[in-house]
Amino acid sequence: MGTLEIKEKQFNEIDKRVLEQIDQLIKIYGMPIMREPKTNNPLWVDVRDLTQRYVIPIGKIYKFFEYLNQGKLIGTKCPKCGTIYFPPQDDCTSCRLSGLTTVELSGEGELLTYTIITVKPLSFMHYQDYIVGIARLKEGINVLAWVNEDPKNIQVGMKVKLSVVKREPEGYITYELRKA
Amino acid sequence: MSNVAIVGTGHTKFGVRTDVNLQELTWEAVKQALEEANLEQKDIEMFVVGNAGGWSSEPLSAIAIGEYCNLAPKGTMRVEAACATGSAAIRIAYQAIKSGEAKVALVIGVEQMNQSPHPVAVEMMGRAGNYFWEFENFGLTFPGYYALYATRRMAKYGMKEEDLGSVAVKNHYYGSYNPYATFQKQIKMEDYLKSRVVAYPLKLYDACPITDGAAALILASEEVARKITDSPVWIVSQGFASGTINLSKREEFLTIDASRVATEEAYKRAKIDFSDAWRYFDVADVHDCFTIAEIMAYEDLGFAKRGEGHLMARNGETYIGGKIPVNVDGGLKAKGHPIGATGVSMAVSITRQLLYRAHKGTQADIRNGMGITHNVGGTGHYAYITIYSTRKPNA
Ligand SMILES: [Zn+2]
Repeated sequence: MGTLEIKEKQFNEIDKRVLEQIDQLIKIYGMPIMREPKTNNPLWVDVRDLTQRYVIPIGKIYKFFEYLNQGKLIGTKCPKCGTIYFPPQDDCTSCRLSGLTTVELSGEGELLTYTIITVKPLSFMHYQDYIVGIARLKEGINVLAWVNEDPKNIQVGMKVKLSVVKREPEGYITYELRKA
Repeated sequence: MSNVAIVGTGHTKFGVRTDVNLQELTWEAVKQALEEANLEQKDIEMFVVGNAGGWSSEPLSAIAIGEYCNLAPKGTMRVEAACATGSAAIRIAYQAIKSGEAKVALVIGVEQMNQSPHPVAVEMMGRAGNYFWEFENFGLTFPGYYALYATRRMAKYGMKEEDLGSVAVKNHYYGSYNPYATFQKQIKMEDYLKSRVVAYPLKLYDACPITDGAAALILASEEVARKITDSPVWIVSQGFASGTINLSKREEFLTIDASRVATEEAYKRAKIDFSDAWRYFDVADVHDCFTIAEIMAYEDLGFAKRGEGHLMARNGETYIGGKIPVNVDGGLKAKGHPIGATGVSMAVSITRQLLYRAHKGTQADIRNGMGITHNVGGTGHYAYITIYSTRKPNA
């Protein structure tokens, strides 16, 4: 399933219902005015909607995505102070040095903490409940990702492995944590 | 440098306030503050609007409010520091008066979150971490961020679900006595334990509600304050700090580092000893957007030892009559958390506490005449600690 299909399936029903409601209100009251069910307060239902979809520049860390495409996870490393950055960044702002080198991550670490998201944001409604965890990798950096495990098997401190996977149903490449 | 006094306070009923729009809601608080200080709009030299924004329709909220409240053409701006927005707004006015740039300033905090559908509100709060690396692919939510702290503390310090529940029960208890609170209903531990999970291990009763509300403060220089009132409350000091945007870049997930740094700054300026800080204060308002946040605040303020915050909750030490009363206005948990209004609301609560004007059933014993507010933005992204006293600080 692609993003277009997901969007159509998940949101068009909601959008359609709201638009139908606005038409109905205008027909009845001459204006898009409704009564809030709980309070009976009159509310103007906005006729103008605002859909926001950002385009986010990734040029300076493009290597990360090239490696990800090959199934590898990298951080960046400052040649001067040795700091490893994850999320990757091309500037070591403490050394004022740019053009950092890349290091492949071991992907091995331990789970510091986790949560299970049961009340999801609007744009994540089409997923099953998911687990978000933070792992500390051997190289001393932390990575936040979904933990693909049965909640019953998860414990703070357990060994985990980071790997590159496809996120379904969209089918795009990302990474996740699993029990090692 | 001038001392800075609070000479007027205003506070609306918090909750679902769809009976008014953003400007009308703000006016309720501004009107109250002007009346309390016995001032007119022409006496206000500048006004600062704390409004995190996005949830309501007016993008230039400060200007919409300025026109409606008859404050234009005085200078203004909208200030944002996530959930600490209100304290950031106080900071601007505090600095203006302290430096002598202004003699009377109005601070407004307001948010009308119910203008957005709830799922959109959940989405917007989840986006308030590092958007690209922590939300885009992993869909964290506001309770989710704090849940990461709760899970780790349970594993490391043996904190129990019931310890979190104790905070919820206390704050609902005091909320029931606060006519401004969203929830004026007491809850029992069993109600808490039965409430549904929103981000494991946090439940619905661990979380503050999506809220509409406004609060206002009038700050004045010592010279003006003397003419207006016999009972000013002084701002003794303020400390502020910031934390990493990426939650993954935090070290331990046990306390909020920014709030510790801000506390140390505020205490240093006020000459307060961190290790027995609770002895200095009669009452505290801390940032309990989630119950776990209140428990971490006890430690970050030095009221409890590291790793023992949950014991204060368990032993009921933060009720009136206990070691130090905390969030006896109901806190964010029961009073509500209209993002931009919260910091100002805390200041109003503490001011009225110190003047023995708190609502019946919520008045703490005032011995030292000192109170403190702890206001965290995001998930430890911003932190503002402010200390108040009925005694004039040394300029
Ligand atoms: Zn470096």
